[in-house]
Amino acid sequence: MLRKIRIVLAGISLLLITLLFLDFTGTLHAYLGWIAKIQLVPALLAGSVGVLIFLALLTLFFGRMYCSVICPLGIMQDIIAWFGKKAKKNRYSYSPKKEKLHSGFGFLFLICLVSTPSFSHFVISLLDPYSSFGRIATNLFAPVYRWGNNVLAYFAERSESYAFYETDVWMRSAWSLGIVVVTLLIISILAWRNGRTYCNTICPVGYWLGVFTWLSKTAMLRPVIDTSKCNGCRLCEKNCKGACINSKEHKIDYSRCVMCMDCISKCKRGAISYAMKAPAASCKAAASPTKEVPASESRRAFLTGAVIATAATAMQAQKKKVDGGLAVIEDKVAPQRQTTILPPGAKDIRHFTKACTACQLCVSACPNQVLRPSNALERFMQPEVSYERGYCRPECTSCSNVCPTGALTALTREEKSSRQIGRAVWIKKNCLPLTEGVSCGNCARHCPTGAIQMIPSVEGDDKSVKIPAINTERCIGCGACENLCPSRPFSAIVVEGLDTQKVM
Amino acid sequence: MDRREFLKIVGITSATTAGLYSCAPKKGAELTSKELGPVPTDQMTCRTFPGLGNDRPSLLGYGCMRWPTIPNPNGEGNMIDQDAVNELVDYAMAHGVNYFDTSPVYVQGWSEKATGNALKRHPRESFYISTKLSNFSDYTRENSLAMYRQSFKDLQVDYIDYYLLHSIGGGGMDAFRRRYVDNGMLDFLVEERKAGRIRRLGWSFHGSKEVFDEMLALHEQYHWDFVLIQMNYVDWHIAKGSGIGAKYLYEELEKRGIPVQIMEPLLGGRLSKVPDHVVALLKEKDPERSVASWAFRFAGTPKGVMTVLSGMTYREHLEDNIRSYAPLVPLTEEENEFLFHAAKLMEQYPTIPCNYCAYCMPCPYGIDIPSLFMYYNKCVNEGNVPESRQDPNYKEARRAFLVGYDRAVEKLRQADHCIGCGKCNKHCPQNIKIPRQLQRIDEFVEKLKQETL
Repeated sequence: MLRKIRIVLAGISLLLITLLFLDFTGTLHAYLGWIAKIQLVPALLAGSVGVLIFLALLTLFFGRMYCSVICPLGIMQDIIAWFGKKAKKNRYSYSPKKEKLHSGFGFLFLICLVSTPSFSHFVISLLDPYSSFGRIATNLFAPVYRWGNNVLAYFAERSESYAFYETDVWMRSAWSLGIVVVTLLIISILAWRNGRTYCNTICPVGYWLGVFTWLSKTAMLRPVIDTSKCNGCRLCEKNCKGACINSKEHKIDYSRCVMCMDCISKCKRGAISYAMKAPAASCKAAASPTKEVPASESRRAFLTGAVIATAATAMQAQKKKVDGGLAVIEDKVAPQRQTTILPPGAKDIRHFTKACTACQLCVSACPNQVLRPSNALERFMQPEVSYERGYCRPECTSCSNVCPTGALTALTREEKSSRQIGRAVWIKKNCLPLTEGVSCGNCARHCPTGAIQMIPSVEGDDKSVKIPAINTERCIGCGACENLCPSRPFSAIVVEGLDTQKVM
Repeated sequence: MDRREFLKIVGITSATTAGLYSCAPKKGAELTSKELGPVPTDQMTCRTFPGLGNDRPSLLGYGCMRWPTIPNPNGEGNMIDQDAVNELVDYAMAHGVNYFDTSPVYVQGWSEKATGNALKRHPRESFYISTKLSNFSDYTRENSLAMYRQSFKDLQVDYIDYYLLHSIGGGGMDAFRRRYVDNGMLDFLVEERKAGRIRRLGWSFHGSKEVFDEMLALHEQYHWDFVLIQMNYVDWHIAKGSGIGAKYLYEELEKRGIPVQIMEPLLGGRLSKVPDHVVALLKEKDPERSVASWAFRFAGTPKGVMTVLSGMTYREHLEDNIRSYAPLVPLTEEENEFLFHAAKLMEQYPTIPCNYCAYCMPCPYGIDIPSLFMYYNKCVNEGNVPESRQDPNYKEARRAFLVGYDRAVEKLRQADHCIGCGKCNKHCPQNIKIPRQLQRIDEFVEKLKQETL
C-alpha cells in the first residue's frame, strides 16, 4: 500500500515536471512552475525559506522521501531500475556505504555553493540532479515530443484546425548534447545494475539528505525489521535499490534509504513495517571509487535549420527575368560577441553565473528560439542569447518567469519591454544601403523602442542612401534589428551584451 | 446584349448546341447538376471575326502560366510536371479548347517548353498557339531576336499563330518605344507576319488610358490583329491599379473591329475565392452554378471577345470552365447588374488586388510575395482578420491568423523581412505598391503578436 502511494505520487510528480520541460506553448508554465521551484538546489539558490523548511521537515519525519517522490532524476532511475529488475530478478545485494566518495562529492558541492571558485558553476550544474534531468528532458525528450506535435500539426493543417501548430526542432549546442548523452548513459547503467547507486555515491543532494536523516536518528517514520518475524530469506536485501539493508544483521542504513517501501511489500512474512523506532548505526566501509566517464563531444548535425528549397533557374540562350521562384536565403551566423547577452531578468553576470544550475527550463520555454546553452567554459551550459533564428520579443517574459533558481528574476511585460539586455552596434561593412545601394531601414522599422532612425549616409545630402543611427540610450538589445537585417550571413547590426542589465 | 442577338452572331455553333442541350437525356440516377454532369465535348463556343480569317479559336483559352509543378528530384525547387501538363492539354483539346497562351518567362521560363512538349503530340492545325516577346530586362535587338527564335525552338513549331508584345503600358510609351520600336523589333515582327511565321500580331495591355489611346492610334500603321486586356466584373467600370475600367478598353477595341482577348477573368482566382456572403448571394441566384462560372460568363458574353484566357492548374477548374463555355449562356442585362452589385460588396473588403501571377518573383531577399498576399486575402475573405481586441471572436481569429501565417509562408519568407527596396514594384501588372502592402501585413502581424490591436 505504502509502496503504491509512493509510486503514484512519483508518477504524477515526474509527469508534471516533464511536461513543464516539454511544453513550448507557454500554457503550462503558469500552473506547473512550482514543481521546479520545490527542487532542493534551486530552492537553496533562490533562497526560498518556505520550501527549505518544508523539505527539512519532510526529511526529518519521513526520511529521504524527496529522492523517491520529488527528485525527477531519482524517479527516472527507478523506472530504469524497474526494467533492470525485469531482466533479472532479485539482482541487488547489500553493500557497505561509500562514505569517502559520497562525502567528497557532497562537500565539493557545498564548497561550490558557498564560495566562488571559477569552476563552481560547472560543478553545481553537473551534480544537481534536477538540472541533469532538465538537460535530459530538454535535449532528448523535448525533440521527440515536438516531432510528435509536428505530426499532429501536419494533420491539423490539413483539416483546417488550429489546435496544433508546427514547431522547429533544432540542436542548440552539440557540447551540451554530448554531456547529456554521457550523463544519461552513466545514470542508466548504474540504475539498471544497482538501482540508486548514483544517488548514494555521487549525488550531493542525496548525500546531504542522508546526513540530515542520520542526524534525526529518533524522530522519524521508517521501515524497521522485526527480527522475531524475519526468517533471513534476504528478499528485502535483494530488492533494495539503495543497497542499504544488511539482512544478516537486520540493519538498515537510513542515510541511504530513499523510502521506496519496496522491502515492506517484498517481505512475505510481514517482518518489515513502517514505524518509528531507534535506528541501527550506519555501517562504515572503504569506498571503492566510481570513476566518472569524461564527457565526449558528439557533433551530430541534426536538423540544423530549415532546409531551404531553392529554385534553380536554368537561363536559356537569351537574357530574361522569369516569373516566380524563390531566392536562396543563407542562414544567419552568430557574430563573435565581445560580451555575452544574458537572458532578460539576469541581474548581472556574476549573480547569474553563480545562481544558474543550467537546468535548461528557460531554454525549453523560449518560444523565439533565442536561448541556447553556452559553449563558453566560464558559463558552460548556462543559457545565453543569440538572434540567428528569432529575436527576444518585447512582449515575451517566458524565461524569466520559469526560472526556479532566481538566476532570472520574474519580469512583467512592462518591465521586460524596458529592460536593457544589450545594445545594438552598427557594422558598416555589411550594411546593404552602402554595399548594394538599395534603400532598406528594416532595422529602424522593427525597433520596438524606436531607438533606430535612418539618416543620410552623406552628411547634408538628404538624397544619399539612408543608414541606421542607433540611440543607445533607448536600445533594449532585443535583437529585432539583428534578426531582421537582410545582410546575410552576418548582420549589419549586432547586439552586444551587458555585464549588468539596466532598466530604462 | 440579349440571348437572341447573341445567337445571331455566334450562329450555328450555339444554335445547334443549344438544341442538344435541351434534348439531353433525363434519367433519374444521372448526375444532372450543372456542376457535376458530363463535360460536353463538342459544344465549345467558338467565334469568328472578319479580321481573323477562318480562325475559330475556342472561347476558353488555356493560359499556360500556372502549369502544375512537382518538387525537382535534385532537391532544388520545383519543376513542371510534364505528365500532368500532357493530361490537361489532352483533356482540354478533347473538350474543344484549341487556344494555348504562353510566354518565355512563365513558370520560371519553363512554360513554352512544357506546352510545346504537350502540343506536339497533336496535329499542328488542331490548335492555336500564342506566345509573347517578353523582353523586359534586356531589350536590345540581339536579345529580343534570340528570345523570339527560342520560342520556336521551345514550342517546337515552325509558325506561331498569335504573337504578342508583352505587357504594354508598364513604363509608359517610353518603354514601348525602347522595347519594340527603337530596336526595330516591331518592324521585324510585321515582316515576320508577312512571311507567315507569325499569323497574327497583337499586344497585351496593363497601363494607363494615354498609353492605350496611343497604341490604338498606331493601329493604322501596324494593324493590330487582336489585343489582350484584363476584364472582369470587378474592374469593368474602374480597375483598382491602373484606374481605367475594362469597359473603356473593350469598347474602344470593338469600335475598331479589333478582336479582344481577355485575361484575368477570375483575377487570379480571387473571383472564385470570394467572401462567404458573396458566395451565398451568387448561389442564391443559381444554386447549381459555380462561383467562378459567373466571372467566365461575364468575360465571354460581349460579342467582340474572341478568347478568354484562364491559367488552369487543376482538372476540376478546367472542367468547370469548359462547362461555362460549352456552350456559353450569355449573361442578361439584369445578371450583369447583379454581378456589379456583388463587385460592390466585395470592394468593401480590404483585400490586396494581387492575381498571384508571380511576375514580382523572385524577390532578391527571399520574400514569398504571392503567398503572403494570397494568405492575407484568404483571411480577409474568411473574416479571420480581427479589427480590434474587442472583437467577439478576437482570440480565435488571432490564433487562426498567426498559426495559419506560419503555415502559409515559412518564417524567413514572411513580410517582416521586406526591406522595401521596391524592385518588385515595376513588375506588378496590377500596380500594387508591394512593399507598402507587405509592411501593412507585417504591422498587422506585429499588433496581433503584441496584442496591441
